[in-house]
Amino acid sequence: MLKEGQIRIPAGCAISGIMNRKGEVFSGRDIIKSIALMHERSNGLGGGFAAYGIYPEFKKYYAFHIFFENKLAKQETEFLLKKYFQIDYDEAIPTRKVSSIKKSPIIWRYFAKPKVNRLIAHEASEAEYVVEFVMKVNSEIEGAFIFSSGKNMGVFKGVGYPEEIGDFFKIDEYKGYLWTAHGRFPTNTPGWWGGAHPFTLLNWSVVHNGEISSYDANRRYLEMYGYKCTLMTDTEAITYIFDLLLRKFGLPLESAVNIVAAPFWSNIERMEPERKKLMKSLRAVFGSLLINGPFSIILGGENGFVALNDRLKLRSLVAAEKGDIIYVASEESAIREVCPNPHRVWAPQGGEPVIGLLEGKEGIFDVEDDGLAEEEILQQSIAL
Amino acid sequence: MTVLIDAKGLHFEELNQRIRKTLQSGAEKIIIDNVNGQRYIGAGIKGTQTLIINGIPGNDMAAYMDGLELVVYGNGQDAIGNTMNKGKIIIHGNAGDTLGYAMRGGQIYVKGNVGYRVGIHMKGYQDQIPVVVVGGKAGDFFAEYMAGGIQILLGLNLKAGERIVGDFCGTGMHGGVIYLRGRVEEHQVGREVKIVDVEAGDLEIIAKHVKNYAQYFNIDFQQVMAKPFVKLIPYNKRPYGNLYTSY
Repeated sequence: MLKEGQIRIPAGCAISGIMNRKGEVFSGRDIIKSIALMHERSNGLGGGFAAYGIYPEFKKYYAFHIFFENKLAKQETEFLLKKYFQIDYDEAIPTRKVSSIKKSPIIWRYFAKPKVNRLIAHEASEAEYVVEFVMKVNSEIEGAFIFSSGKNMGVFKGVGYPEEIGDFFKIDEYKGYLWTAHGRFPTNTPGWWGGAHPFTLLNWSVVHNGEISSYDANRRYLEMYGYKCTLMTDTEAITYIFDLLLRKFGLPLESAVNIVAAPFWSNIERMEPERKKLMKSLRAVFGSLLINGPFSIILGGENGFVALNDRLKLRSLVAAEKGDIIYVASEESAIREVCPNPHRVWAPQGGEPVIGLLEGKEGIFDVEDDGLAEEEILQQSIAL
Repeated sequence: MTVLIDAKGLHFEELNQRIRKTLQSGAEKIIIDNVNGQRYIGAGIKGTQTLIINGIPGNDMAAYMDGLELVVYGNGQDAIGNTMNKGKIIIHGNAGDTLGYAMRGGQIYVKGNVGYRVGIHMKGYQDQIPVVVVGGKAGDFFAEYMAGGIQILLGLNLKAGERIVGDFCGTGMHGGVIYLRGRVEEHQVGREVKIVDVEAGDLEIIAKHVKNYAQYFNIDFQQVMAKPFVKLIPYNKRPYGNLYTSY
C-alpha cells in the first residue's frame, strides 16, 4: 500500500482526555464513550488511546507495543530487542473480534529493561538509549513499528473508528489515571495502523486535530538532534518537539508552550521588559520549533497532560472539571456524555494551555529517574 | 400543538428527521430533551415554529435556517447560525467559535460568552440585516471580514482584567456595525476599523436589541443601558480594492 509521502488524501479529527488528579485509576469505558460521541469527526481511518497507569505490575519496565506486518519483521525486531534489552515478559496484545476491523497486523507487547552492560557501553542516559532503539527499529526494520515505549503506560491504536479500536483492544478492561483518545479523519496521509494517533516516545503521547504547515521546518530542526521522522506526519514531529524541549533541553513547560504556540510579535511588543526579553529570546532561539497551522493537541506524560490550541484557535477545544477529574475534548458534548454536570466548563484561548497534573507533581514529567539503572550499574561494576 | 422528543442516544440524522416530520405534521412547538452533541438541529428548515432545546446541541445548529425560533437551555457549540437566513436563536448559556458565520438574516441572542471568529463574514442587504447580541465577551477575530449586519457585545459580568473582546477585532471588516458596551484599545482592532462615538440613532438600534436581550434573559434593561457604548465601523467598503491593482 501507499504510505505517507506517496499519497495525499484531502479532507477533521476528534480528541478527548480524562484524568484523575489523585491518580486513582478508572476503566477505559468513559474515554470510549466520550470519543464515540464525536463519531462524525472521524472517518474510520484511524482511532487510538493512550492510557497511563495501566501496568502497575510492570511499572519499572519499558512496555514496548509493536506492530509487525509479517513474521520476519517480528524475528528481526526480537533479535535486536534481545540484543539491547532483557525481556521479562511478552505476549500478543489481547484483542476482541470486531467485525469492522480487518487486516490487523501482528500486535505484540514486550516488558523489558535495558541490558546493563550495553547501557554502560552506550554512555548516555537510559531514556536516550531507549529513544535510539525506537528510532532504529522504526527506521531500519521494514514492517516493524514500535508505537508505544513508555513505562506503566501504553498506546492502543489502529485503523477503524475509535470506538471500534477501543472494543478491539478491550480498552474497557484496563484501568488508568489518565486517558487520551483520538478519532482520525486523515487529511494528507493514508490511514494505516502505525499512522493512527496517539504518537508516542517514552512516556509522551500526543493526540492531535489539525494540520501543521511548519512540518518541514520542525523536522529539519529535530533531525539535528537525532530524531527520525519516519512517518512523515505532523503529529510525530509534535511528539518529538516536546521530548526535545522538555526532556532533553529541560525547559519549563510554560516556555515550551510559548515556543510552539508563540505570542505574536505585536503582543510581545506590549509586554513588560523582562517578559518581552524572554519571549523574544524564545522566538529567536527556537523559531524553528514554532508550530504553525491549525492544531488542538493533548500531550500526555507520566504526571499529567497539557492540552493546547494554536494561537489563532483554528481548532476547537473545551475543558471542564468536576472534583478531582479534569476533562478536555474537541466538543463540550463529548465531556457531558461522561460528566453531565461539571462544576466548571471553559473554552481555553488560542495558545493558552490547559494543564492537568497529578496531585503533588510540579511538572508533567519527573526529571530523569535513572536511579534503578545506576544502582544496577554499580552492582555490575562491583561484580566486574 | 406541542410535541416532546427525547433525544437521548439518538443519532443526529434520526433526530433531525423526526424534527422535520413533526413540523410537517403541524406541530407549532417541539421540546427536545436530553440533547447532547447532535449536529445540524434546525438546519435548512423554513418555517415559523419553535424548537426548545434542552442540553448541548452539536455543531452547525441552525445552519441555513430560514425562519424557525430556537431556544437553547444549555451551552451552544461551534458554527451556530452558519449562513442562517431568517429566524431567531436564543441561547441561555455560552456559545463556541464561529457563531453567525456568514449569517445573512435573523437574530442570535447569547446570554453568556462566545468563542473565536464570531460573526465572521456576516453580511446584510437592504432589509436583510442579521443581528448578534452577546451578553458577555467574545474571543479573537470577532467580526472578521464583516460585510453587513449588527453585532452587539454587552460585556456583562466580566471579571477584573477580562476584556470585552479579544484581538484582531474586525480585521478585514468592510460593512456593518459593531457596538461594544465598554472600552476597546486601538491595538485590539483591525486596521480596517474605526472606533467612533455612538449617536442618538445608534442608541435607538442598541436599545431595541438590548430590550430583547433583557426580556429573554430576565436582565435589567436600564442597568445594561446605563454604561456607555462605542461603535466600530469600517473605514472603507473595499479595504482591499487596491491590494493587487492600482486602477
